Amino acid sequence: MAAAARRGRPAPAKEAEAPTVHILWMNGGLSCDGDSVALTAATQPSIEEIVLGALPGLPNLAVHWPLIDYECGPQEGADTFIEWFYKAERGEVDPFVLVVEGSIPNEAIKKEGYWCGFGNNFETGQPMTTSEWLDRLAPKALAIVAVGTCATYGGIHAMAGNPTGAMGVPDYLGWGWKSKAGIPIVCIPGCPAHGDNMSETFLYLLYMATGQAPMIPLDEALRPRWLFGATVHEGCDRAGYYEQGDFATEYGSPKCLVKLGCWGPVVKCNVPKRGWINGVGGCPNVGGICIGCTMPGFPDKFMPFMDEPPGAKVSTAASGAYGAVIRGLRSFTMKTTDTEPSWRKPGSELLTGAKKTWA
Amino acid sequence: MASGDVVEMVWDPVTRIVGSLGIYTKIDFSQGKVVECYSTSSIFRGYSIFMKGKDPRDAHFITSRICGICGDNHCACSCYNQQMAYGIHPPAMGEWIVNLGEAAEYMFDHNIFQENLVGVDYCEKMVSETNPGVLDMANKTAAPHAEEHGYATIGDIMRSLNPLSGEFYREALHVSRYTREMFCLMEGRHVHPSTLYPGGVGTVPTIQLFTDYLTRLMRYLEFMKKVVPIHDDLFDFFYEAIPGYEEVGRRRVLLGCWGSLMDPSVCDFKYENMSTWGDAAYVTPGVVVDGKLVTHDLVKINLGIRILLGSSYYEDWEGDEVFVKNDPLGNPVDVRHPWNQHTKPRPQKRDFQDKYSWTMSPRWFDGKDYLALDTGGGPLARLWPTALAGILNTPYVKSTGHSITIDFPKTATKGPVSFEWEIPEWSNALERNRARTYFQAYSAGLALFFVEEALKELRAGHTQTWTPFKVPDEAISCGFTEAVRGVLSHHMVIRGGKIANYHPYPPTPWNGSVRDSYGTPGPYEDAVQNTPIFEENEPENFKGIDIMRAVRSFDPCLPCGVHMYLGGGSGQGKVVRRMHSPTVLPLER
Repeated sequence: MAAAARRGRPAPAKEAEAPTVHILWMNGGLSCDGDSVALTAATQPSIEEIVLGALPGLPNLAVHWPLIDYECGPQEGADTFIEWFYKAERGEVDPFVLVVEGSIPNEAIKKEGYWCGFGNNFETGQPMTTSEWLDRLAPKALAIVAVGTCATYGGIHAMAGNPTGAMGVPDYLGWGWKSKAGIPIVCIPGCPAHGDNMSETFLYLLYMATGQAPMIPLDEALRPRWLFGATVHEGCDRAGYYEQGDFATEYGSPKCLVKLGCWGPVVKCNVPKRGWINGVGGCPNVGGICIGCTMPGFPDKFMPFMDEPPGAKVSTAASGAYGAVIRGLRSFTMKTTDTEPSWRKPGSELLTGAKKTWA
Repeated sequence: MASGDVVEMVWDPVTRIVGSLGIYTKIDFSQGKVVECYSTSSIFRGYSIFMKGKDPRDAHFITSRICGICGDNHCACSCYNQQMAYGIHPPAMGEWIVNLGEAAEYMFDHNIFQENLVGVDYCEKMVSETNPGVLDMANKTAAPHAEEHGYATIGDIMRSLNPLSGEFYREALHVSRYTREMFCLMEGRHVHPSTLYPGGVGTVPTIQLFTDYLTRLMRYLEFMKKVVPIHDDLFDFFYEAIPGYEEVGRRRVLLGCWGSLMDPSVCDFKYENMSTWGDAAYVTPGVVVDGKLVTHDLVKINLGIRILLGSSYYEDWEGDEVFVKNDPLGNPVDVRHPWNQHTKPRPQKRDFQDKYSWTMSPRWFDGKDYLALDTGGGPLARLWPTALAGILNTPYVKSTGHSITIDFPKTATKGPVSFEWEIPEWSNALERNRARTYFQAYSAGLALFFVEEALKELRAGHTQTWTPFKVPDEAISCGFTEAVRGVLSHHMVIRGGKIANYHPYPPTPWNGSVRDSYGTPGPYEDAVQNTPIFEENEPENFKGIDIMRAVRSFDPCLPCGVHMYLGGGSGQGKVVRRMHSPTVLPLER
């Protein structure tokens, strides 16, 4: 990908002198690669527009992304993808933005082996774990971006009863972590993250890295404020039914889905407003209950998904009378769902409730 | 380098696939072939463990997250599974909407994988770096179907596949987006659907919905009229340009397909009727061994599944509770069947002489042998039994008993076109890839039929999309479908209204499985071992393109499991040396 970009874009001499910004994408966490796949659907901008420099003011860019990387040679041989990560560790690639996909399992809850690896550790002959890479690369990165709810807050793989003690990048590095450039971890949650939410944030960070934009505005859960400031409900075109107290009782109805399990009123996410791809699709706007997949409390605080959310009972009964009381109740539910369960943290204990089958 | 050297080479992680796969090999450069191969998956997440005790209605939301490119196949499979447990089936309209979504997934996923991931292995840039002689020949070879696709030479096709600069590469990315829009029309969100539920869908069926889908579908049909001949020309050229290329990624014909896309007039999701509704599926289930259709009975397929641990990091479950002794028809169920599996991870050091992967070894027991079936990356194993069974008969796609015909109507600028997929001579890299292209056309032909059926329902006023249900206290159930890259099964046991056991088996555990308890290697390992090396580079700048083509032909999707390791071996009297750092195999043994 990087090589192709260099070939495909004859850079004027002046531009060639500017340092190339590298993007190192590590999909070695506990993930499904769904965020990588979602990014290939982005159109505003698309990944090829970013890489080919189709927008004004973009720096030279080299993207090292396993999903579609051209490079595919053997370890320590010709054209080897993973080599860029070793280079970054040796300080030979600078500046770089580290993108992390997948939750970080707790490698400290067992004596040997690995929950997940990404390439090899030459000293041990064993896989290099994702947390080892984080330890090595975090101090050198210009910024760290966690994509998808697994990397941001732990997500599905960090649910109650999980065996790996999985957690998000901020849980692992610390919520107050800042890069050498003073940038906090940037979290783009969503299961998967929305393609345009990712590409738009990358674009912002590239402008920021080249001094064209101020510090990225993040909320208390490290989300870009302009993307996650409103609730699903506030952007949902079925909210009119809610106002009228007209609720669906069966899936397939065009009415408000709150009684069927939709958590839209308390979930921070722009998907119903933005659509999923080019404005097509989404969640409650097209008949899918919101299961809170962008939230730190996901999935535990939203399960069982198909039951009516507890807060909804009060607010739906009183809908049409939007008062301070309702907003107060909603704000309480929102706080709970906007907080991770207590077991997602480092340490040598397995706190999830799963029983160890290993030493 | 000195002839006779066996060199250890490692690809970890393998790029242009989904997930983390490591391929560890030993290559004999003097003989020009791979001597030994190990594949390894480097992640463990524990779905079967954390699903225990959860509400069964959460199963499709959770299992969708197993895979980031075919998560919806898991979601659909889990809904099938739950429907069996709850004793319900969706209204016809609901089933057509699911089928339309799943067909769009095949159209999208095979397209992006074929052109933007696999295609790069055959692009001008890659071929110029690995086999300059072949590129020269390609530039001089006229494309037999130039009139249909517009590329004068094979070299032109290769250039059009160059990443980003290639016109066809960029077009395919665009196609991957509007096919995902088609998917989102039906299932809400790609890749983890928002509108699928046990009992049907939350999608609201309207004229607009189906029109939005149909217009995109017809654009895709027009696109496929070009894509099928492009790939026939490209793959046929490789056989011609590199004699012996049929051996790349070749293995014995051992294919499994669990069937997909249900016929709502037949399928009630009851286990007792599974043989009947399995046969009625729009992709026929089947096991093909050495070119013969061993069975197309979904009940037999189900009962033959065995999970062996072999070289994976798990404790055995021998002696643990047996959940299901007999299936609902009274047939005995083996203790190594997914219904009876207990997942007990035991993380440990990777040792290629012993345990080396998080991937287990699913096998299919035919009464005598534990067969290491592969899925041919999905399409090859779907087309083969569907062609042999001779059951499928739809307006645009038909099985002839020995082939599959696909008839496309007129589209914007192109007249009607017919394609025929014929059973190939080999199960190898090029035929897995060719089948993928044909299956894209197959899916589009079915989707056209599904749109027509859905519109009939709509015009008749049948707009209900969902059937209500109650979760029983006790149940055993299973769901079968074809994930994009091959067989997918979900097995569930419900007790006290909660999940007591849930074991999903996606395609990659089959394809990327490791040496099993009997020492039988998994399909990637098997297909890479003995793959001849045609790359012209010396070991020092060797890319391993033939090996990568062999591996990628299976459409690896490692969130569900693989790594490859070359090494090992046994080359008697030969010097085994490491090319680089000793990360992999204990070569001294």
